[in-house]
Amino acid sequence: MNEMHEPHDDRAVMVAKAPTGIAGLDEITHGGLPAGRPTLVCGGPGCGKTILAMEFLVRGALEFDEPGLFVSFEESIEDLHHNFRSFGFDLKALIEQKKLYVSHVKLSRAEIVEAGEFTLDGLFVRLEQAIHQVGAKRVALDTMETLFSCLSSSENLRSEIARLFQWLKDKGVTVVITGERGASELTRHGFEEYVSDCVLLLDHRITEQVSKRRMRVVKYRGSAHGMDEYPFLIGDTGFAALPISSVHLDHGVGTDRVGTGVPDLDAMMGGKGFFRGSTVLISGGAGAGKSTLAAAFAAATCEKGEKCLHLAFEESAGQLIRNMRSVGIELQPWIDQGLLSIQARRPTLFGIEEHLMAIFREVRRMRPKAVVIDPITNFLSIGAPWEVKSLLTRVLDQLRGMGATVLLTSLTPGDGTIENSEAGVSSMTDTWIALNQKMNGNLRQCYLYVLKSRGMEHSREVRELKMSASGLSLRPVSAAGSEDNQRREPSGSSEGIR
Amino acid sequence: MTHKIQTTADRGNEAAIEAWSLRLYVAGMTPAAHRAFESIKKICEEHLAGRYSIEVVDLLKNPQLAEGDQIIAVPTLVRQLPPPVRKIIGDLSATEKVLVGLDLKPRK
Repeated sequence: MNEMHEPHDDRAVMVAKAPTGIAGLDEITHGGLPAGRPTLVCGGPGCGKTILAMEFLVRGALEFDEPGLFVSFEESIEDLHHNFRSFGFDLKALIEQKKLYVSHVKLSRAEIVEAGEFTLDGLFVRLEQAIHQVGAKRVALDTMETLFSCLSSSENLRSEIARLFQWLKDKGVTVVITGERGASELTRHGFEEYVSDCVLLLDHRITEQVSKRRMRVVKYRGSAHGMDEYPFLIGDTGFAALPISSVHLDHGVGTDRVGTGVPDLDAMMGGKGFFRGSTVLISGGAGAGKSTLAAAFAAATCEKGEKCLHLAFEESAGQLIRNMRSVGIELQPWIDQGLLSIQARRPTLFGIEEHLMAIFREVRRMRPKAVVIDPITNFLSIGAPWEVKSLLTRVLDQLRGMGATVLLTSLTPGDGTIENSEAGVSSMTDTWIALNQKMNGNLRQCYLYVLKSRGMEHSREVRELKMSASGLSLRPVSAAGSEDNQRREPSGSSEGIR
Repeated sequence: MTHKIQTTADRGNEAAIEAWSLRLYVAGMTPAAHRAFESIKKICEEHLAGRYSIEVVDLLKNPQLAEGDQIIAVPTLVRQLPPPVRKIIGDLSATEKVLVGLDLKPRK
C-alpha cells in the first residue's frame, strides 16, 4: 500500500493502463489495470473473482477492441457460458467472432502422478496457441490454485509459475490472475510473490444476514489509486464497483430554481423554491407530512414536463396515489404520461448494495430531473448508520452528477431529536426542512421551518402546515400559538414572509 | 515428430495379453525429454516386453495436441491403455513412482 505514496516517481506517469470498462473500477484504479502486466485478483470463494476476470475480457473485446483469452482451470466452457449469460454476456457469440478464446484446462488429481522434474511448457504451448488464435491482448487465468492441488507445491512448480508470469509479461498481454484468499497471506499459495504490479482484494461478507461485497486495491505499483474499501455489486449487468465519489465535488452549481410544489413553501424560500440539482432533506415525526411534501414536489416537477423518480420505501404506489389524492395531489396522470415513476420497495427485500444498484439502474434508464427517496431512515433497518450514510452518499453523488434535484425524507424518532433522524446525511444536504408536531389542547398541529438552506435567502419563521383537500398551505403561527389564535387567521394566507 | 516404437511384433502370443498404449508428451527433445524417454523404455522392456507401444508427441511441432490430453506439464507420460487413463508428470527419473503410477506396482 506504500506504492501510491510516490507521487514524484517517474513511473507514476509511465504506467500504461488497460481500461476495464467495469463501472466504477476504472475510477478506483485511476484508469484501469496495468497494461501488459499481471494483476492479481484475490478473495474467498464466491467473492466474484471469476466474474471480474471474465468481464475484464468481455468488455476488453467489446469496448476496447482487445480480444481475450480466458483460461479456466475449474469451470467448463459450457458452465461459463451458462453462468455469464445471466449478465447478458454471450460468450459463444464472442468465441465465434474470434474476440474471445476460452480454454478449459482440466486437471484431475486422481490421474496425475509426479515422477521427476518437469516444466509447464505444455501450458505455455496451449497459451501461445490460444493467444495466437484470437490475437489476445488480455488473458485471464482462473484460477491457478488448481495447479497446486494437482501438483505438489515444490520449488519446481514455483519456479515454473514465475517463468510463466515472465513469459506473459514478455508477450505484452494484460493478465488477470485469480487467487483464493489465504488465512494469513493474500492468497493461499502466495501468488502475490509473482504478481507485484497490482493486487485487488475482493471480499464477500454477511453482516446481520445481509450480503455485502467490498473491494480494495491492495497495491498498484507506479500508480495512485483509491485507498478505501469500496462496495461492489454483482448485478444483472455484471460487476459494478461503487467509488465513494465518482463525480467528486465538481458537479455544476446552478442558480436555477425549482418549485417545491407548495406555493407557501416557495415563498419561504425567497419565493422561488429549491435550487435545481440541490439536495433537500425533510425530517419529521410520523404523520407530520413528510411524504405529502415529497409528493407535492414530485407532482410539481412533472407539471413542468420533467421526469421524476419517486422511491417509496414505506407505501405501495397505489397507497401513495390514493393518499395524496386526499390532499389534492394527483399523481396518476403523471404516471400515465411517463413523467413519474413510483418505485415502491421494502428496504428489507435486498441488501444495501442491491438497493443502490436498483436505484442506479432506474436512474440511468429514466434520467429523471428530480428524485424523491421516502424515507431514507427505513434503510436503517438493513444497515448500520455508517453504511446507510455511505449508500446515500453514493446515491447523492451520482444524482448530483446528473444535475437531478433530490428530496429525501427522514423519520424523526418519537423523542423528537432531529439530530438523530437524518441518517447522517444532513451535512450533505443543501436545504433542510424540519417538521415538528405539537399538541395544542386536543388538536395536533404540525409546524414547519427551514432549518437551513444554503446559498439563498430563506425565512426563519416557524409556520403551521395545513393539509386539506385543496392542498398544502403554511400559515403564520402567533406567538401564543394557541389553537384559537390559529383559527382566527384568515384562511388561505400566503402573504410574503418578511 | 510422432515416432512410434512397436515392440509387439512376433512375440509369443499368449492369450488375453493386455496391450499397453503409452504416449509421451514433450516440448522439444530437451535433456529431460530424453531422460523420460529412456526411462520409460527401460521400464517397459522390463515389465511389459512385447506388449507396449510408446508414441512420442512433440508439442512444439503439434501444439494442437496439448488440449486433447489436457497436457500442461512436460514431459507427461499418458497411459491411454489399459484404462483408466493415468498421467505421470516429470522426467520419470523416480522409477518407483512411475511404476506405482502405471499400476505396475501396488500403491502402498
